[in-house]
Amino acid sequence: MATKDEVLEGLAEIVNEIAGIPTEDVALDKSFTDDLDVDSLSMVEVVVAAEERFDVKIPDDEVKNLKTVGDAVDYILTNA
Amino acid sequence: MTKPQIRPATGARYSRIHGVGGYRPVRVIPNAEVLEWIDSSDEWIRTRSGITERRWAGPDESVAEMSVQAAGKAIAQAGISADRIGGVIVATVSHLKQTPAIATEIAERLGCGTAPAFDISAACAGFGYGLGLADGMIRGGNAEYVLVIGVERLSDLTDQSDRSTAFIFGDGAGAAIVGPSDVPGIGKLIWGSDGSQADVITQTEAWDTAFAKPDAVNGPGGETKWPYLRMDGQPVFRWAVWEMAKVAQQALDAAGVTADQLGAFIPHQANMRITDAMIKALKLPESVPVARDIAETGNTSAASIPLAMERMLETGEAHSGDLALIIGFGAGLVYAAAVVTLP
Repeated sequence: MATKDEVLEGLAEIVNEIAGIPTEDVALDKSFTDDLDVDSLSMVEVVVAAEERFDVKIPDDEVKNLKTVGDAVDYILTNA
Repeated sequence: MTKPQIRPATGARYSRIHGVGGYRPVRVIPNAEVLEWIDSSDEWIRTRSGITERRWAGPDESVAEMSVQAAGKAIAQAGISADRIGGVIVATVSHLKQTPAIATEIAERLGCGTAPAFDISAACAGFGYGLGLADGMIRGGNAEYVLVIGVERLSDLTDQSDRSTAFIFGDGAGAAIVGPSDVPGIGKLIWGSDGSQADVITQTEAWDTAFAKPDAVNGPGGETKWPYLRMDGQPVFRWAVWEMAKVAQQALDAAGVTADQLGAFIPHQANMRITDAMIKALKLPESVPVARDIAETGNTSAASIPLAMERMLETGEAHSGDLALIIGFGAGLVYAAAVVTLP
């Protein structure tokens, strides 16, 4: 079971690879769209990569609720 | 007395595409013009879709007219006379007069005699569905040559006030002549549907309920009560990239072809981002030329694959005799993929 820090670190690597955002900018309080400039389609790429990395299912309906990096980390921790 | 037996129809051993042709409407709509309708930016449209301009049909560029123009080019490339066409299949979701099928008028105008002619509704997979039917008709002995047309006037179903779709759609027609072949020219079709996701790409309203509110029906560009096409971007993107990459791989496997043997990858021109992500998911070698016709044509649904195929052959990006992987996917949801030999 991954820790919160591990999930954050993994997610930061994914966001970096897909959207080119420096990993250190990917913090829990950052909004994907407003702060990190991850658009809706890149968000799907992030979600699919996170599903694979953390062995978790993130349904389409749930993606809309993942506004911040913290939302995503919490969802992964709860559901993985 | 022996029981009478039906004599079976005998067809060609294999089929292939003999000719392809396209028709692009005269009127070019650059992003700048779209920005007169929606609050967006050229950069936003380009980064979300890869589209810089699209073609919209004028009053004289009807579904039938565009089809006849495209088919004429395909017939010329195939080098056959129209009276040898034993089937006309028109894939479209934007011929707004439902009865009779537009295929019969097209067959008549082309001089296809009494060839069976019918329309199919399989959205952006329409060309692949048509190709599969044509292959079966030819190998089953029910036609020598079949004309498959993908044609759309999606501008008639575009809500110019919807900033998520107004910039996507375009109009046009693409046609292919499918006929007998000594060697396999169309691989096994990997096709299917997923009705559980019927609502992610859909017309907003049925015509009957729209017409039940006469004040609300103002036609294209009018009030939004006219039935338009709507799309839920994120679920469509996920399905189109990762599910369709699997389907594309199945088509390669079924044809016994590896990705590095392809002379072209021609996915439905839905969105450049889908194409780019699908290439990654499919691990397509960089050496394979990829259709990117959407940049100047927009998403033309059923017409997009034959239009992109024609362009790649014209520009020399792909060559006659090369193997191409084609994959269509869209409203339904429906999909169809196959490896084909380019004409």
